[in-house]
Amino acid sequence: MAHDLAHDTHADPHDHHGAPTGIKRWLFSTNHKDIGTMYLVFSLIMFFIGGSMAMVIRAELFQPGLQLVDPAFFNELTTMHALVMIFGAVMPAFVGLANWMVPLQLGAPDMALPRMNNLSFWILPFAFTLLLSTLFMPGGAPASGWTMYPPLVLQTGDAMPMLIFAVHLMGASSIMGAINVVVTIMNMRAPGMTLLKMPLFCWSWLITAYLLIAVMPVLAGAVTMLLTDHFFKTSFFNPAGGGDPLMFEHVFWFFGHPEVYIMILPAFGIISEILPTFSRKPLFGATSMIYAVASIAFLSFIVWGHHMFVDGMPMAAQLFFMMSTMLIAVPTGVKVFNWTATMWRGSLSFEPPMLFAIAFLFLFSIGGFSGLMLALTPVDFQYNNTYFVVAHFHYVLVPGAIFAIMGAVYYWLPKWTGHMYNMTLATWHFWMSAIFVNVLFFPQHFLGLAGMPRRIPDYAVQFTDWNMVSSIGGFVFGASQILFVIVIVQCVRGGKKASAEVWDGAMPTGLEWTLPSPPPFHSFTVAPEIK
Amino acid sequence: MSASRASDIDIRAYRPRSFFHNLGLRAFGVLAACGIAASAGAQMSPNTSNGYNLPVGVTEISRNIYDLHMEAFWICVLIAIVVFGAMIYSLVKFRKSQGAIPDTTMLHSTKVEIIWTIIPVLILVVVAIPAAELILKMEDMRNADLSVRVTGYQWKWQYQYMDAADGVNFFSTLKQDSNFARQLHSGIDPNSVKNYLLDVDHPMVVPSGTKVRIILTSQDVIHAWYVPDFGIKRSAVPGFINELWFKVDPGKEGIYRGQCAALCGRDHGFMPVVVDVRTPDDFKKWVDEQKAALKQASTPPADAPRSAQVLN
Repeated sequence: MAHDLAHDTHADPHDHHGAPTGIKRWLFSTNHKDIGTMYLVFSLIMFFIGGSMAMVIRAELFQPGLQLVDPAFFNELTTMHALVMIFGAVMPAFVGLANWMVPLQLGAPDMALPRMNNLSFWILPFAFTLLLSTLFMPGGAPASGWTMYPPLVLQTGDAMPMLIFAVHLMGASSIMGAINVVVTIMNMRAPGMTLLKMPLFCWSWLITAYLLIAVMPVLAGAVTMLLTDHFFKTSFFNPAGGGDPLMFEHVFWFFGHPEVYIMILPAFGIISEILPTFSRKPLFGATSMIYAVASIAFLSFIVWGHHMFVDGMPMAAQLFFMMSTMLIAVPTGVKVFNWTATMWRGSLSFEPPMLFAIAFLFLFSIGGFSGLMLALTPVDFQYNNTYFVVAHFHYVLVPGAIFAIMGAVYYWLPKWTGHMYNMTLATWHFWMSAIFVNVLFFPQHFLGLAGMPRRIPDYAVQFTDWNMVSSIGGFVFGASQILFVIVIVQCVRGGKKASAEVWDGAMPTGLEWTLPSPPPFHSFTVAPEIK
Repeated sequence: MSASRASDIDIRAYRPRSFFHNLGLRAFGVLAACGIAASAGAQMSPNTSNGYNLPVGVTEISRNIYDLHMEAFWICVLIAIVVFGAMIYSLVKFRKSQGAIPDTTMLHSTKVEIIWTIIPVLILVVVAIPAAELILKMEDMRNADLSVRVTGYQWKWQYQYMDAADGVNFFSTLKQDSNFARQLHSGIDPNSVKNYLLDVDHPMVVPSGTKVRIILTSQDVIHAWYVPDFGIKRSAVPGFINELWFKVDPGKEGIYRGQCAALCGRDHGFMPVVVDVRTPDDFKKWVDEQKAALKQASTPPADAPRSAQVLN
């Protein structure tokens, strides 16, 4: 690739290849835009599949008593809901956004390793077909929770090899994707773009990629030990053979805690892109923001014990993990303050991406508050494994990560398709989602504090009312997501032509806005110059 | 939805004529009920919680936990008021539609960054000190008056007493009326079952005003023993022994209910923890009764052949 310092920031107009056509275009794609699109479409489908499972869960929990499903199947649903949402919806969505936007924001022609990029994507439909097929097997899907604790997970039937294999495949996909991001960012930035000049979305993905590379192999190790315990009579976790179930928890959560930061750091990057644009003001404290993301990533490696406070941890460990977990609130708080300062004395307009970004600020912060409360070990003895925890992580993941993803889609969709979308419908989608996500998850704080454990299909009658409110919120929130699909499909098919800048009157910065909407199949074939 | 006649609303013999009809009624009533119940402070929880907060509980530890929780909660509320206040102010005052001009010179401020890093650290220290003290208190397993070995099974608890009550030993399983009602399509209204899902055939009995040490393990998968009113929860891990203690305040005798708090398979939601706290005298009486019953069960009838097997 020639990196000459040409002044031409637009794509080469003499692009003879154009896009390939037919099924080959998608199956054999090495184009970051097409692969990004495939990741995003896959993620949306998985979001609806995981969401349907959630609807059944909430329908069963609408009233005390068992009306719909057997308790064993309920456990399958909660397990699969989490696996699908985490590994099928949230993570692939972020990878899809990275694929689309990282090369465009860096002024690079594509990702560094385009063929590996293709493999990274196509592994996923295969892995999920394997995993979802277990729902139809005799013995059913895995039902031990997405956390797969032994010895319970070792009671899984025919689904066990599918579960382990699917997790391995998803992990391989993530690792390869992460390597691609790191290599692209380190090697293919346009001349003049120092790391500190790089957009925040790319920074957040650079750090996320390092987290992925560090911890996905740890998950692979953990599930391989499950595999050998189950099939080859090893005793990693079988106490009768000298093994230790708690060791699994340590290995799993050493992966698991950075994993949740993997699921939120790209969201932070997105918010750092959207807020300045619609505040017409640069991101406040951009360098601080980068250091904050790096601190969060570093700290995420030394807090895993907070998932295990009730497991019989020595006092010194309880004290250590409490303090390290509380400490993460500091850089996270710094980010929230900087975003607020970005809006302060700005000139705000409230297009759909901005609406989602603002909702993120409020609602992710609520999730952060419950997280701080959970960090306090003595009180965690009350909160652990109750709906208080469920409320916490759903707040940071749904109005946190998912709203950031939706905001990103609403932000960049006109760039990708070349059409503006139906703003009215998108605004409806926003308000329905933002209101009903709270109806769905806020009462779960009360349920947890009142003593309702998690992962139960039926509950004492005194928990009825908040469960009913939560379920109603769930049904409406779920139904509202259909609006999202309608907006996207309509936009892909047509709409008012979008300019290169798209958000006229707003202040989008970043190289992606120098390209036409939609950008040509091969963009930045000549590297732009950054001053 | 249509109004119902009084005879239709007999909660205890409630057989839904129309699933959706009754659900609709119920759902409509819920939000109203929530408001009323919230304001009336109605008890919407199976323990001493008011239905939307932690229980203050009946041990010193549970009270300390409650206080720490409320301290953390109010600090979060305070921070929220300040931060959300600034956000709302921005959303209202700095709108383009109202003619706001952006201050594009406002790029960064090291001073401000330091302030809003140091202040949160100080707040955390303020909260961490009582938390650390409470951890130390909870970890002090010394000088227990009574030890009970608790074992988790799929899906019930076993209580084996030690010390003065040594020999007392029984399983504690979900009560039959709950068990029937909870079956899929049972047709039985859970509201008609007393202490639905929170009642057992043989509760654990302990004395009040006594430091009870629980030695916790499992025979199969990981379970967790959880009693909200005592402020305790601990995992029951197979192959391992976990320790915890509680001391119920004298005067707080009664029945306290909790549940298994670690996913343990199909009937994870159906293995409650029920503790019957009695005065030390009543507890001693109960122990004597249990021991007598055990002795009787293990003594063969007087005229049985001497080679008969002794039942244990």
